[in-house]
Amino acid sequence: MLTYVLRRIVYVIPIVLSVALVCFLLVHITPGDPLVAVLPADASQELAAQMRAAYGFDRPLPVQFGLWLWRAIHGDLGASIATGRPVLSEVLRAVQNTVTLAIAAALIGFTLGLLFGLIAGYFRDTWIDKVATSIAIAGVSVPHYWLGMVMVIIFSVQLNWLPAVGAGSGGSGAWAWDWDHIKYLILPAITTSVIPMGIVTRTVRALTGDILSQDFVEALRAKGLRETHVFRHVVKNAAPTALAVMGLQLGYMLGGSILIETVFSWPGSGLLLNSAIFQRDLPLLQGTILVLALFFVFLNLLVDVAQAAIDPRIKRA
Amino acid sequence: MSAITDAALQAAPPTKARGYWATVGRRIARDKVSMACASILLLIFLSALLAPYLGLADPYQGSMIRRLRHIGTPNYPLGTDELGRDMLARLIYGGRLSLVIGILPVIFAFVIGTSLGLVAGYVGGRLNTAIMRTIDVFYAFPSVLLAIAISGALGAGIVNSIVSLTIVFVPQITRVAESVTTGVRNMDFVDAARASGAGPFTIMRVHMLGNVLGPIFVYATGLISVSMILAAGLSFLGLGTKPPEPEWGLMLNTLRTAIYVNPWVAALPGVMIFAVSICFNLLSDGMRSAMDIRN
Repeated sequence: MLTYVLRRIVYVIPIVLSVALVCFLLVHITPGDPLVAVLPADASQELAAQMRAAYGFDRPLPVQFGLWLWRAIHGDLGASIATGRPVLSEVLRAVQNTVTLAIAAALIGFTLGLLFGLIAGYFRDTWIDKVATSIAIAGVSVPHYWLGMVMVIIFSVQLNWLPAVGAGSGGSGAWAWDWDHIKYLILPAITTSVIPMGIVTRTVRALTGDILSQDFVEALRAKGLRETHVFRHVVKNAAPTALAVMGLQLGYMLGGSILIETVFSWPGSGLLLNSAIFQRDLPLLQGTILVLALFFVFLNLLVDVAQAAIDPRIKRA
Repeated sequence: MSAITDAALQAAPPTKARGYWATVGRRIARDKVSMACASILLLIFLSALLAPYLGLADPYQGSMIRRLRHIGTPNYPLGTDELGRDMLARLIYGGRLSLVIGILPVIFAFVIGTSLGLVAGYVGGRLNTAIMRTIDVFYAFPSVLLAIAISGALGAGIVNSIVSLTIVFVPQITRVAESVTTGVRNMDFVDAARASGAGPFTIMRVHMLGNVLGPIFVYATGLISVSMILAAGLSFLGLGTKPPEPEWGLMLNTLRTAIYVNPWVAALPGVMIFAVSICFNLLSDGMRSAMDIRN
């Protein structure tokens, strides 16, 4: 097990480096000068050259990448052009809110997905199965930002039950698990949960169906095992794959939250990314994407290790 | 005896066994859900294509005095938007750009990804490692984040949005193409072709392409669903097309301010995105089960 984990960690190193390279290059595929947002339009040539030298943009690209990477490893992702604050602290504060949202959405989406998937797989080709698969396909096909708008229309505009935007009093740094804050979380969390719900349902339904058609289930039943025990075997066999899919979905929720956070003005990493894009705040854009991508890579690593830990069939050599 | 049998055989009508694709086609044609989806998509495509000939109102012509009319208003069956433009006309005209920016990335990615995957799967060895490890890097980003990172860096615009989504989908299609190709590569008929002197290019084009295209095509059809949502999502964020162009994602964005005045008109563009997306998803599912000969 330990060698497997170590090998998996070693494999992550080139991925992390390539992710850093992609994030670094993002700024350099931008049309025009990366300084365009900082410099006044009437800046002299000398000032532009001075600034370029101050930011290190006059050096060759590989050298710039090396320096950038070295600083990034030491936790220095530069300063936001718009606010002047360090990028890393801005990103980490915003990520906390995204994690809150993702966890709430995961609880809803995974619970419903597992439930619908197991039921649909067990009662294949019955009306229950048809209802569950219809919900699932709607879940994976719905434009979630539109669903968010519809939720706001129903629950905020028409019924006036829940707030439409924001994360409660105290600003982005003051989250607490009380009703004054949770009521802001409900609509974005339900909206975010729809895609993972659909995908988990579809995965678990297919898994359950496959497992139930295998010979060993027949054997268990022939042995006289009660259906609840058979069910336990099905769950055990479906768990590793279901876990992998859920891990991936959690990563997508963390990294792909920009649309939902924009709809609900949820002060997370997605909203930060949105403002970075439209203020042309390139260090913030680069830093946010790097942090989110690294989150995703390490989450995947964690899921792989967890999967190997619970599934004896995965070779750990 | 044998002469009689031969004669009988020759007289018998030449019934040819139905080919694989004909069978698949018949199975899809019998699937009600797939056919319903195909019909809805055809309707949306045709109305977008023939929009100028449908006698619709001008989708760009606004009016300050008839802003945000409700659904069912005479002359404005689906109401008007925040600038008083006819919603029905804008939804139908909006299909033109929305479908193009949603479908083109998948077509581009299909061509590039299939070529890469075919080469990686057939040639194998170091070339395979080089291609597939590069692809892995893109898998280290959640697809929404990658699409937004690239189009955010490139700046707003239709071309940039298509480019960024193409980059997002190429790795996914390459992976599918590579795994299908690897599965076919070691089959007898490929060995036979090689033994009879066919070069690698001929083998890939003549012998393998036909056998790997089906599954990749089904996968790509499903991707259109995701692509429609993401392309409209980029426009929704302001990274796609610019006003006053009718496009479903952008319309949803500009109508967001209207949800307190006329909520259901504001939600209409999303219904179109949803309809196209779910139809492509169901069609992809239908094709997959039609091509699965086991059942």
